[in-house]
Amino acid sequence: MLMYLLRRLGLALVTCLFISVLTFIIIRLPPGDFVDAYIANLAASGSTVSNEQAEAMRRDYGLDQPALVQYARWLGRVLEGDFGVSMVWRRPVTEVIGDRLWLTMVVSFAALFLTWAIALPIGIYSAVRQYSIGDYVFTTLGFIGLAVPNFLLALILMYLGFRYLGLNVGGLFSPDYVQAPWSWARVWDLAKHLPLPAAVLALAGTAQLIRIMRANLLDELRKPYVVTARAKGLTERRTILKYPVRAALNPFASSVAYLFPYLVSGSIVVSLVLGLPTVGPLLLQALVAQDMFLAGTIVLLLGIMTVVGTLISDVLLMWIDPRIRLEGHG
Amino acid sequence: MRPTPMAEPIALAVRDLAVRFEMEQGNVHALEGVSFDLRAGRTLGIVGESGCGKSVTARSILRIIDRPGRITGGRILLDPGTPQEVDLAALDPESARMRAVRGGRVGLIFQEPMTALSVHYTVGNQIIEAVRQHSDISKAEARNRAIELLREVGIPRPETRIDAYPFELSGGLRQRVGIAMALAGDPDILIADEPTTALDVTTQAQILALLRRLQAEKRIALMLITHDMGVIAEMTDEVAVMYLGRVVEYAPVAALFAAPRHPYTRALLRAVPSVLAAPRQRLATIGGAVPHPGARPAGCAFHPRCAEVIPGRCTAEMPPAIPPGIAGASCFLDVPA
Repeated sequence: MLMYLLRRLGLALVTCLFISVLTFIIIRLPPGDFVDAYIANLAASGSTVSNEQAEAMRRDYGLDQPALVQYARWLGRVLEGDFGVSMVWRRPVTEVIGDRLWLTMVVSFAALFLTWAIALPIGIYSAVRQYSIGDYVFTTLGFIGLAVPNFLLALILMYLGFRYLGLNVGGLFSPDYVQAPWSWARVWDLAKHLPLPAAVLALAGTAQLIRIMRANLLDELRKPYVVTARAKGLTERRTILKYPVRAALNPFASSVAYLFPYLVSGSIVVSLVLGLPTVGPLLLQALVAQDMFLAGTIVLLLGIMTVVGTLISDVLLMWIDPRIRLEGHG
Repeated sequence: MRPTPMAEPIALAVRDLAVRFEMEQGNVHALEGVSFDLRAGRTLGIVGESGCGKSVTARSILRIIDRPGRITGGRILLDPGTPQEVDLAALDPESARMRAVRGGRVGLIFQEPMTALSVHYTVGNQIIEAVRQHSDISKAEARNRAIELLREVGIPRPETRIDAYPFELSGGLRQRVGIAMALAGDPDILIADEPTTALDVTTQAQILALLRRLQAEKRIALMLITHDMGVIAEMTDEVAVMYLGRVVEYAPVAALFAAPRHPYTRALLRAVPSVLAAPRQRLATIGGAVPHPGARPAGCAFHPRCAEVIPGRCTAEMPPAIPPGIAGASCFLDVPA
């Protein structure tokens, strides 16, 4: 069991290294560099930058060095916790991302939790009562949820919330608290603003997980061990919850891995619409401006989140499935 | 020679049991008027090809037929003729009374020892659960009882095996665990649904010997479902031959092998491989396949495959069912003794 964990951890580290390389390559893919974009920006507003000035800027940012050197420097600093300076914001990347990362995590976890809390019971219900009216209703709703673009739903919910409930929609904080230092009042304010974005983000994932849970459970319900459990005299409820649901959770846990980054990156448009101070919109800006260090850091974080998500689902699988736990002992 | 069947009390009487699966493609009559008795300390063999309704019969008794199947007629009498007589077919499958019968009075042993146990829980967890379902004892006591059960079914080192997961055990051991689980509620009726089909020959013999020993010790009424005529010959006292949801022949085992009365039984017996056969001799088969129960032939359901069909009669009329407990065949050719 320990070996399994260690092996997973080692693989995760190697994967992270590859992600860092890929990140670096991806950022350098578009033609031109930050200085080109900066000059073009200035030119658009009427001012010009001399060639000497441009070269000086390139030297300052280390853009004149070979790619490998640039990568090594970047990685070295990243490992020390220095993610470089955002060229657009002219502030350290850590500072720019700062709170946004934690807020992103809070929103993502809220959405993930909501996804599970809704998808699990409905999935179980839909499988156990296959082809019942309830199953059809949930299936229909699920497909609608899957088909409606998140940002559209966000707009509709915002409108409804504002028009009929008089809610303060948009953002994660009331105006009074946006710049305020952390306090219990600010946390409470955050909690009040959380449900709407969490619900919007959760919906598409929920529809998907309902389908997965339903399909898994339908497979499991036909297995002989379910009949065994019934034949013992257990109630139907206990039979289903203890045996097939446990088995159906297996692929469910695997899905955590890809849900995690999806909740962050898939939320860019929604975050823009809802005005959420999360990482998504920042990534978009950084990519548009070719703000290499900022974009690189965010892409790297997304990659690492995927790896962490995979690790979490591995641990979950281990907990759910003794065959994995006892691997190598059989 | 065993005592005559009449001396033993009937533990379970199935009468005219009918089960139907109502589906969009039409109704499937899985069972059509099945009757038989299970007697304490005796073994009834149920034999027939796949799809003849053997397993549906077993699950009907326990009231665990899968949707959309449902009992549409007949009775399943537990302790018939006693003051405690109860018709299981009339109970709500989810009622406390029915659940007490399930695993408490009637134990079920499965065909697939690989898939009949959940891989997610230890052997002990699954047996203790069954023990505690049918008696009010503490966890520690239930654990001791589970170890006792594992020992009883011949599992070596039960104190450690109880904490093993099913996938850590061999097929034979798993099947023994399955039997221990079926015995957990101390049932007096056991239904074994093809208990040895998935096992190798040596293990088969051991499991059959175990079942015989347990039956003798506990005077269990055993219903043994199989398609293996060898198992029938070795294990049973009486045999019911099933075809398309009906009992077509019922006889004491010796009589069945010596003088089979239904053409289907004769065909089944001809299809048994024999060591006395000449080399390279083709194995006899029954022509055709079992028709889909939804497309049951008119008249006697066996007539399209029967070598001795009486044209005009077998194709039009259904031969009468055999009265329970009386040897005979449901065939126009069978002359009542």
